[in-house]
Amino acid sequence: METAIQQLQGVPINHYLIFCSVIFAIGVIGVLIRRNVIIMMMSIELMLNAVNLLLAAFSVQHGDASGQVFVFFIMALAAAEVAVGLAIIIMVYRNTKSVDIESLHKLRW
Amino acid sequence: MTVFYLVAFLSVFFALMTIFTKNPVHSVLYLVVTFFTFTIHYILLNAQFLAVVNFIVYMGAIMVLFLFVLMLLNLNKDTEPMKSNLVKMMGVVAGCCLVVVVFGAFRVFDLSNPLVVKDPNIGLVKNLGKVLFKEFLLPFELSSILLLTAMIGAILLAKKETRKV
Repeated sequence: METAIQQLQGVPINHYLIFCSVIFAIGVIGVLIRRNVIIMMMSIELMLNAVNLLLAAFSVQHGDASGQVFVFFIMALAAAEVAVGLAIIIMVYRNTKSVDIESLHKLRW
Repeated sequence: MTVFYLVAFLSVFFALMTIFTKNPVHSVLYLVVTFFTFTIHYILLNAQFLAVVNFIVYMGAIMVLFLFVLMLLNLNKDTEPMKSNLVKMMGVVAGCCLVVVVFGAFRVFDLSNPLVVKDPNIGLVKNLGKVLFKEFLLPFELSSILLLTAMIGAILLAKKETRKV
């Protein structure tokens, strides 16, 4: 583990910022360009992960353990979100026989 | 130091593969690899607890959920209707605009100081457990209610309706 810490020393914190925002943007692009609801949820997971990594990086930078506890809570939230979201997708699939986001246009009133 | 850039490159590459692959099952597998690279990032940050939780929760539980839903719905073929190229281009441009705006905001901060691990013990289970069960006890208990609600909701939603209304 000492070698891991030595490996880490010297990476500027704004490279973490840049990297996480790129991953977040990839998640946003995934939500925008795909029509499959499941892949859109996977993109949302990517976005959550980017935020998690940035929280952990800043918590290490500031020497404060609260950030990593927040990451833990976000992971619990992500698990709940995926379970409910996939259940909703299964229900939509049962009613419309597709997971295409366009098939939900009937939700408009 | 170079390990970070190598793993970051791999993360971005596999994340891009996740959203641009046509076959949903391949997409899930690329997402698993992306999460694995995130686990490596946590290990590099010496956040061992988060690395293990990331490994178990994301690569274990969430990916199994995704794969099960994909395979139960029999979607493991690339029959997905894609959006038109114009909409795709607009999506990519919008994402790039987001990156540009965020980078512009980062320039103001000028955070070029290197990351220094002040306290190497911060990410260990012992330390995190103390913080979690002292300062964050109430949110911890509330998150258990959240998980219970999500479990009941998922079962209720996915259950087949026996009677027609």
